[in-house]
Amino acid sequence: MTLPPNDEPAIRVRDLARRFGGFIAVRGISFEVARGEVFGFLGANGAGKTTAIKMLTGLLLPTSGEARVAGYDVYRETESIRRHIGYMSQRFSLYEDLTVRENIELYGGIYGLSDERIAKRSTELIARLGLHDVRDTLVGSIPLGWKQKLAFSVAVIHDPAIVFLDEPTSGVDPITRRQFWEMIYTAASKGTTVFVTTHYMDEAEYCDRVSIMVEGTIAALGTPNDLKSRYGAATIEDVFVRLARPAA
Amino acid sequence: MRRAPGSAARGPLVAFMVKEVQHILRDRQTLTILILMPLLQVVLFGYALRTDIQDIRVAVVDPTPDYATLALRNRLGATDRFRLVQVLPDASRLETLFRRNEADVGVEVAPRFGTRLARGEPADIQIVADASDPNGGTTMAAYVNAVIDDFAGQMGASGGAVHIALDTRMRFNPTLASVNLFVPGLIALVITLVSALMTAISLSREKERGTLESLLVSPLRPWQIIVGKVLPYLGLGLTIVLLVLAAAWGVFRVPFRGSLALLLGEALLYTLVSLALGVLIAARTSTQRSAMLAALVGTMMPSALLSGMIFPIASMPAWLRPVTYIVPARWFIIIARGVMLEGVGLVNLWIETGVLVLMTLVLLVAAVRSFDARLA
Repeated sequence: MTLPPNDEPAIRVRDLARRFGGFIAVRGISFEVARGEVFGFLGANGAGKTTAIKMLTGLLLPTSGEARVAGYDVYRETESIRRHIGYMSQRFSLYEDLTVRENIELYGGIYGLSDERIAKRSTELIARLGLHDVRDTLVGSIPLGWKQKLAFSVAVIHDPAIVFLDEPTSGVDPITRRQFWEMIYTAASKGTTVFVTTHYMDEAEYCDRVSIMVEGTIAALGTPNDLKSRYGAATIEDVFVRLARPAA
Repeated sequence: MRRAPGSAARGPLVAFMVKEVQHILRDRQTLTILILMPLLQVVLFGYALRTDIQDIRVAVVDPTPDYATLALRNRLGATDRFRLVQVLPDASRLETLFRRNEADVGVEVAPRFGTRLARGEPADIQIVADASDPNGGTTMAAYVNAVIDDFAGQMGASGGAVHIALDTRMRFNPTLASVNLFVPGLIALVITLVSALMTAISLSREKERGTLESLLVSPLRPWQIIVGKVLPYLGLGLTIVLLVLAAAWGVFRVPFRGSLALLLGEALLYTLVSLALGVLIAARTSTQRSAMLAALVGTMMPSALLSGMIFPIASMPAWLRPVTYIVPARWFIIIARGVMLEGVGLVNLWIETGVLVLMTLVLLVAAVRSFDARLA
């Protein structure tokens, strides 16, 4: 899957806002994500991250502002957006009462892959993840780390232009997290743009660029090194705490 | 999605339905219960929980015995279910008999009954039933009613000559076997269970586990999610309906007088109403548990209690009767009883069918709208 043949960035957001009644969840944010970039989207709970992601994935209409994802407009072209993005949430997308292979076949089918292609990708994927012995085991009974890697692979089974990862590593051990990030880099090196939210600040350091949301606005945006030098902090965690403290 | 020309793809909807079928088949326990429970209920209701009553003790009040009242007494006494316990000259002793629990039903014949009949004048018979058990009372009165109807026919009297102060709701079920009346109700209950309850649980499970989110950001449209969810359960529901019909006929010879195609068509309609209700419930609740409770209270209970399946609507308090109009099962049961026991066609069921069509349309629109991704 490639982006439409133009030089648009993977994601372009201008003054995007969303209000729920009297509450403004997102107050006019603007940013761009380049193709093939690993973009970290940070923020404390309630800072408006989830609302922003919902607008970018076509689950929620913005109140005002503009956003184009994979070159498509979030107001009018959500169907095209859905075909060009992958999505993995913190709760995974897998069905526990289906086997490893059935889950792969399901998502391959939902994303319109041909039977032939599904079979090929399924074999590849199982081999790459070392899941051969459990390919016909119910997902509910395989370890969390394997589930998580499988969920990621399934989210990019259709080679999306952009993959949205919403706290993909919550609850897994450090070794699995590292392996998971290797998978992210592999996907990015093949041209997939990665848009990831996380609560682990060490993970933020792995991103090409990070943005930090505070109270519905983007308080800081840049490469991890930029941000650290700008705020004179040793780690992204320090930057985050400094920015988020007024809100806390 | 770009795909190589000529290569086969199942498409999102089919892939999604395959998954639903896998869910259903994999949950063996639930599947077994869904199939066995209705069959077990047919057998239980057929044998054990018969609401048709044997050995009804009848007292006849006959102030002026003549040829006609004797014939009536003989007719009552000759009926298997009845035992003629006493013949009284006037009604004053009847009360005492009821109090002492020596009679279940009293049949009061008007004075000069035979003379009136012969002259073609209205000759009244009043049936008094011990209604301390309202359902039993209704049933017993209906039995006596049926026998007297039969008697009136034998006397060669026209319908107008013998006046009976009772409604004749059971007239199309001449043997008055309860299992006959029960089977249409059971069909309604099975459909409600599989369509409304199971759909609500299965959809709210996706919501609770977070898999729904992944479906909503996929190319699957909300209507495809609903259709894909609903079709497998529709198939399952209709299969169980056929099993129940086969069991009812095979074990109890419950008659099937009308068109099977019509009944299945109406069952399909009722299934759609229930499915829409299930989807609505799932859309409005956030956990499996609350969806299950809502479906039990909102669909299963009214279908069992307010549909006329167990408790006749006519014997409900006046304020409760209008409530039954919004219970879809009420309409379906009238249809199913009509088709199965009376053999009537669509011509006579268009009002009930129309009500179900209307309910389906309103609920389906509401279900799809409440499930739209934008509102999720």
